[in-house]
Amino acid sequence: MFTLVLGLFLATWFVPTFGRRLPPDRWILWGGLALPLPVLIALTLYAFTQGEFLLKGATKDTEDALQVRAIGRMWQWHFSYPTLPGSVAEAGVLHIPAGRTIEIVAESEDVIHSFWVPRLGGKIDAVPGHANRLRIRADQPGRYGGICSEYCGTGHAGMRFEVRAHDNDGFLNAVSARTGQ
Amino acid sequence: MSEKITSDHNPIALHRALERIWGTRPGWGRLAAVNHNVIGVRFMLTALVFFAIGGILAMLIRTQLASAESVFMDAETYAQVFTMHGSIMMFLFAIPFFEGMAIYLLPKLLGTRDLAFPRLGAYGYWCYLFGGLILIGALIGGVAPDSGWFMYTPLSSSVYAPGINSDIWLLGITFVEISALSAAVEIIVTIMKIRAAGMSIDRIPIFAWYMLVVATMMLVGFPPLILGSILLEVERAFDLPFFDPTRGGDPLLWQHLFWLFGHPEVYIIFLPAAGAISTILPVLAGTPLAGYRMIVAAIVSMAFLSFGLWVHHMYTVGIPHVALSFFSAASALVAVPTAIQTFAWLATIAHGRPRFSIPMLHIFGFFFVFVIGGLTGVMLAMVPFDWQAHDTHFVVAHLHYVLVGGFVFPMLAMAYYWVPHLSGKQPVQHLSHAAFWMVFIGFNVTFFFMHLTGLLGMPRRIFEYPAGFGWETLNFISSMGSFLMAMGFALVALDFILLFKFGRPFRRNPWRAGTLEWAMPTPPPSYNFASIARIDNRADLLDPDRIGPRLAAGDGYLGIPRHDRMEVLGVDPISGEPDQVVELPRQTYLPLWTALATGAFFLLMLFKLYWLIPLALAVVIGCFWLWTVCDGSPIDREPVSIGHGLKVPVHIRAQIPPSHLAMVLTLVANATLYISLLFGCLFLWVSAPNWPPKHVSLDMPLLVLAAVASVLTCVGNRLASRRTNLATVGNALSLCAHLLSASLFLWVAFLTLPAPSGHAAIASLFVVMIYAALHGMIGAIFAAHAIWRALCGHDESVRSLDLRIGRLWHDYSAAAAICAVGFCWNLQILIAGSAP
Repeated sequence: MFTLVLGLFLATWFVPTFGRRLPPDRWILWGGLALPLPVLIALTLYAFTQGEFLLKGATKDTEDALQVRAIGRMWQWHFSYPTLPGSVAEAGVLHIPAGRTIEIVAESEDVIHSFWVPRLGGKIDAVPGHANRLRIRADQPGRYGGICSEYCGTGHAGMRFEVRAHDNDGFLNAVSARTGQ
Repeated sequence: MSEKITSDHNPIALHRALERIWGTRPGWGRLAAVNHNVIGVRFMLTALVFFAIGGILAMLIRTQLASAESVFMDAETYAQVFTMHGSIMMFLFAIPFFEGMAIYLLPKLLGTRDLAFPRLGAYGYWCYLFGGLILIGALIGGVAPDSGWFMYTPLSSSVYAPGINSDIWLLGITFVEISALSAAVEIIVTIMKIRAAGMSIDRIPIFAWYMLVVATMMLVGFPPLILGSILLEVERAFDLPFFDPTRGGDPLLWQHLFWLFGHPEVYIIFLPAAGAISTILPVLAGTPLAGYRMIVAAIVSMAFLSFGLWVHHMYTVGIPHVALSFFSAASALVAVPTAIQTFAWLATIAHGRPRFSIPMLHIFGFFFVFVIGGLTGVMLAMVPFDWQAHDTHFVVAHLHYVLVGGFVFPMLAMAYYWVPHLSGKQPVQHLSHAAFWMVFIGFNVTFFFMHLTGLLGMPRRIFEYPAGFGWETLNFISSMGSFLMAMGFALVALDFILLFKFGRPFRRNPWRAGTLEWAMPTPPPSYNFASIARIDNRADLLDPDRIGPRLAAGDGYLGIPRHDRMEVLGVDPISGEPDQVVELPRQTYLPLWTALATGAFFLLMLFKLYWLIPLALAVVIGCFWLWTVCDGSPIDREPVSIGHGLKVPVHIRAQIPPSHLAMVLTLVANATLYISLLFGCLFLWVSAPNWPPKHVSLDMPLLVLAAVASVLTCVGNRLASRRTNLATVGNALSLCAHLLSASLFLWVAFLTLPAPSGHAAIASLFVVMIYAALHGMIGAIFAAHAIWRALCGHDESVRSLDLRIGRLWHDYSAAAAICAVGFCWNLQILIAGSAP
């Protein structure tokens, strides 16, 4: 699209006869309506379906999504697992089982923060007074870096966290590790 | 009526006579300047100084980010620097710069002598300057705003930002916005009413169409921001919890209000630049602009669309996906009018024979950069992509591509095109090429690589980042590019200084343009045209070389200076036929004094000296009242001759005088603010946590009585204008009814409501009542003014302009009072209905 417009610009500038035969109205109709409309419609529809897919957690089966509360406060993230009895909350580290859809419920205790794990996709703002939901999913076990992506004061740059994706047993161990000690 | 003849069609004598009337006095007299040439240039120069300051801040940012774990600035300083960079560039550079450009150019393009309200322009300039100085003073003092240029609450509210920093942003920017609103009113009225004869609506220069759309957008775009600033300042100062979630407020209210302004703002900045291109490009291509009507349709639809897509700045705040899709589609759709304009320009070049010149080079820069910015914009309009890229450096790169591409390059093209007009000199050397390429290459190096930094996950607004994420090389390249760009801008500045100093003079119309601004001597005289033209073709297809000398000889309308008055022609907005002579006010210090008093009000707010504020307000009102006293003589005058055998009434006796139109526009802006307030309060009811509050009972009979009283004011006004002998009685009725209505609202708000700091619902009721009371008090001033005039012996039956303007205000405040009472009643029912 960029090369097309720039190419046309340079062609009309440097080649005196270029485009002379097309009357101005045609130029505007073809370039201003016929060109962008189909592209935009297709793109918007595709983005909508993709968005729905992501909202469901990038998977077809969304019934067994595991809920995690992510609470932002200046300048740390606290994660807890309300549906897992006996699990412990932890600051700065989010444990998740790989291959399962996770529903993050983002809340804030002070100013607006934003939960984001770049490699797991999507971000959601933690707005005080609201509980916002986002679904993420790690297909492979491993460590993923996460950051706060809404400016939240002088500690914003250091408000990082880590996502550790385990296999199922490793996950249960991790969230109950300290009670077992 | 005798008319002094001071000219017998001798251009030199005519020039001397007009210059004596229109010219700005030397020395201290400069402070009294109201001429649009002077004010426009002041706006642009001041904006350039702020651009330099903002640019230096940008250099500081790039220095900080050039390496990982930099120790150049700490987090607190960095927060002030990036907040001020954004705020300065948006509010103190971009908007005022194009305002200045419009103020300077519009009267010339429209073929007239000045804008409709010269004093308002001067007042706007002083407000802009003083507001800007408050912000820069804070920057030097180390207490600059530090919550980001969009000031999200609660980070900017008093709990998390207890210092003066946020107050400086809220008050300083609101002070500056006065100049934006006054410029908007002035521009619309001028384009509608003050033009050359015969310039019908389908003949006005394309730039005037753009500015008409832009000014309308400003008129309804700025009030939500001003409202947001007022509410947040009220929360910070008096603890009314509009944005505090623990007491029924909602931080999202701020975001909606901010972006309801913030997105149209992007188009407000882009459209004047596009207007400049649509004016320059056809001249450089040597062919008329293709698709004039299509372009007008495109920009009008763009203006409408731009108000429907503010939510795309808020994709990640937890709004349902289906709602997001609507805004996503609207965001994508806005690409269509842009595409129409782009292809109209391409068609123009295709059908012409483009000249190689510096402005053309900058237009190339615009095409290159802006198309990339537009495409990344469509990418960001897609919700899933935005979830990933939101608040990263990708967005930073995108917005710089849009704003620098869509504003800075066209402005440079415009500067190279019109500076010969302003200076009367043509460029002589070839620094311009080097300067362009340095800016262009520097810009692309800086921001192209920033897209990648963002895609690699680097968020915005972090003052340091650890090594090892792969961000260092890209950031270093960006920083180097930005230094190159800064040197390029320095070179541009040097280029212009050299032009002013060593450029060679020229005769008329160096670009062989077809627009009226070249039909005058350059640099332009204060009165622009010695007489006003009648045109018979579209305003960009004229022959300035033929028209210019004839106008200079006084061959057009109003070619004879009369009674030392500054006269311009008022025309019918549609047909362009002259329907009045508008007498403009002469040079005066009043705008300066009024702006100083306004500044005192803002400073008292800033330093929390609230007990002195009524005094400052009284001074402001007194100053504004003096503006009206200077207006014209109390004697009625018959229609006056404008030359060529035509006689038209003076504006005070005309059907639609400029000031009447200006009042309508002011009320439109005011109504936008009020509607935003009412919907904002309802939004809290829908969205905010901790609702509803405990039971609230209102004293409804008193409120209804207040509404009835406000209706009586309209009755009083009509009585006064119908029957001359009842003028004093009618106006006295208006005055008393206004005072009664205002005191009832104040009584209910202060004495019967629970403490407004307890819950946002009560705060909403409180603020709505204060709004109604304020309108009553201002209405009382209007009524008192009318009584004063009647007592001074003005015959209001024929010359009823002041009464008619007052009537607009009375009607509006009555409607506002009724809405206020209805709103309070509804909210009370809603609270009672949903109370636990």
